[in-house]
Amino acid sequence: MDLLRFTTSGSVDDGKSTLIGRLLYDSESIFIDQLQALQRASKHRGSEQLDLALITDGLRAEREQGITIDVAYKYFSTAKRKFIIADTPGHIQYTRNMVTGASTANLAIILVDARQGVVEQTLRHTIIATMLQIPHLVLCINKMDLVQYSEDRFYEIVHAYQEAIKKLQVKDVYYIPISALHGDNVVYKSDRMPWYTGKPLLTYLEEVPIALDINQDIARFPVQYVIRPQEDAYHDYRGYAGKIISGAFHEGQAVSVWPSGWQSTIDRIEYAQQAIASARAPQSVVILLKDDLDISRGDMITPADQPPTLTQDVVATICWMDSTPLKTGDKLLLQHGPAVVRCVVKHIAYKININSLSQEDAGGSLQLNDVARVHIRTAKPIAIDPYAVNRANGSAILINETSFNTVGACLIEEA
Amino acid sequence: MSRHPYDFDYLDYLESEAIHILREVAGQFERPALLFSGGKDSITLVHLALKAFRPGKFPFPLVHIDTGHNFPEVLQFRDALIDRIGERLIVRKVEDTIKQKNLEPPKGKLASRNFLQAYTLLDTIEEFEFDACIGGARRDEEKARAKERIFSVRNEFGEWDPRLQRPELWNIYNGKIHKGENVRVFPISNWTELDVWHYILRENIALPAIYYAHTRKCLVYEGQLVAVSPHIQIEPDDVIVEKTVRFRTVGDMNCTAAIESQARTTEEIIQEILQSKISERGATRIDDKFSEAAMEDRKKAGYF
Repeated sequence: MDLLRFTTSGSVDDGKSTLIGRLLYDSESIFIDQLQALQRASKHRGSEQLDLALITDGLRAEREQGITIDVAYKYFSTAKRKFIIADTPGHIQYTRNMVTGASTANLAIILVDARQGVVEQTLRHTIIATMLQIPHLVLCINKMDLVQYSEDRFYEIVHAYQEAIKKLQVKDVYYIPISALHGDNVVYKSDRMPWYTGKPLLTYLEEVPIALDINQDIARFPVQYVIRPQEDAYHDYRGYAGKIISGAFHEGQAVSVWPSGWQSTIDRIEYAQQAIASARAPQSVVILLKDDLDISRGDMITPADQPPTLTQDVVATICWMDSTPLKTGDKLLLQHGPAVVRCVVKHIAYKININSLSQEDAGGSLQLNDVARVHIRTAKPIAIDPYAVNRANGSAILINETSFNTVGACLIEEA
Repeated sequence: MSRHPYDFDYLDYLESEAIHILREVAGQFERPALLFSGGKDSITLVHLALKAFRPGKFPFPLVHIDTGHNFPEVLQFRDALIDRIGERLIVRKVEDTIKQKNLEPPKGKLASRNFLQAYTLLDTIEEFEFDACIGGARRDEEKARAKERIFSVRNEFGEWDPRLQRPELWNIYNGKIHKGENVRVFPISNWTELDVWHYILRENIALPAIYYAHTRKCLVYEGQLVAVSPHIQIEPDDVIVEKTVRFRTVGDMNCTAAIESQARTTEEIIQEILQSKISERGATRIDDKFSEAAMEDRKKAGYF
């Protein structure tokens, strides 16, 4: 049994909360007391039917205002997989939240209202999902009950979407006609749409192959912590603790250490104090090297024949997440895994219109939720890969030097 | 142990993520602490910390905020665990906070000190200048928790503001804070109750005996079973029964309800949870029922 993380995105009234509620309800992932609370809450709201949307409705402020704030995480499992849902709202701070939810997702569900068809938001969701390199997309055409379960309408929307995304580099899209309200093609195959020969949503979520979503070819090991026991028995023990973020390592492998560029050989890989011959992403392990080097937190170990790009000049697509605008020349902290370096924004090349992908002049500053191509200079070299090649080593966050808030998401394009 | 990528089990994924988070705490903070309640979630955290830091010592002490209303079995278990792993334990008592601050001790039949824990915790954080507190909270426990970050920044008063949370992207955790602030860190945020039990089974982790079915005298209170102990008031017309029960969480003796159960092993507990389908807080936390937003309020006030 493995684990799939997915994100759901949509705008107000597209039935997103109902879809998640339906998925949890029909897969029998709701506990009895939650169901009772749901019945009470539905009644309280004057609804005769069970309002499945209330399942994902979280904080009091949201209940009062009837809106969703921020990203909420939901969990359920079937016999085949464990699922983590990052539920992101469709209104204010939309981009910031969707980028956050999408950053860890294997798959994105994009909802379309069958009556409305493809709208601006549909493309925006697709562009963000593609930008964040979510490997799999599912376009759920919802509210099919309101278009008489029409096959023609379904294909009309599918074709319009395919036409609209021609210019984008969308890898893998699956199309499903559903009614979240009535449960058609969510968990169970609908007999009201016999013309649909594909899988219901849950079956697709259970079966889509995800093992290759992590780059399995390029090995990267950022050092988080150095284990040096203060005991005689471990006098010479110097273990580099970290998580393999991509690829695989093995005992006896020739490795390089970055940013120093020192060479060594893997003496031993340990997991729970047991020596193991090899390990691969996403395992957390301890690596011991043959040579006594001065390696510390923030350094990166890679195979000697697979060096990363070591650079102080980074070109990146960033999503600005702070209400204070970013200006050319601003100094920030850049956190890349465990490595934190100071940096300066040298140049804002252009803003990216996330509804159309067109490039616009930024005029030297970025507002909250803007997406832009920027040139960054770091105070020290960092060991990176392009995001498109290795998501795990091509991502970084920007931190305000005085407030310490996380103010930007950084997708490294090239060095 | 070479693995094919397809073999990576969800428990391996969750374990690796939790170890990564624990090591981020070790790498980013000067004075972290692990909040230890003696419950299965904090025991799981200790097990994960052993995997993260051995053969080294933990880079943090264990901290127990003692309400004085503990199950004796849990305290015995705690002390035996500390002996076995040889790590440092700090205990701070709610009783002492009540005396020092001249607080009104809670009254009433069940007299829960649960909400007072927050005071003692904040005092302890100040006393030791902890900059990060690792806790065993999980996002599936409660709606307010579903939105909390893995690194959750608190102000000087320990308060959580759901609207001002830092975005948390990829697996990059920003633990930078100002003096006086601290971060609550939740390494098993993404685990569900069943995940924890499956992990306890797989790793053969020992738990306090009260988690498994045993015979106990209980007070029947508003349809729930409360362990008979010196910490509750028994009145003449109270109904006391002797039942085979177990506990699904180990809070205070007077605010944690028992459930009737015959499950004497971890396997049997997993079977029982799958069949009963009553989520853990709902079944056993008496103090959450008072208002729908109960947890949100306590969270904002610094309770985890």
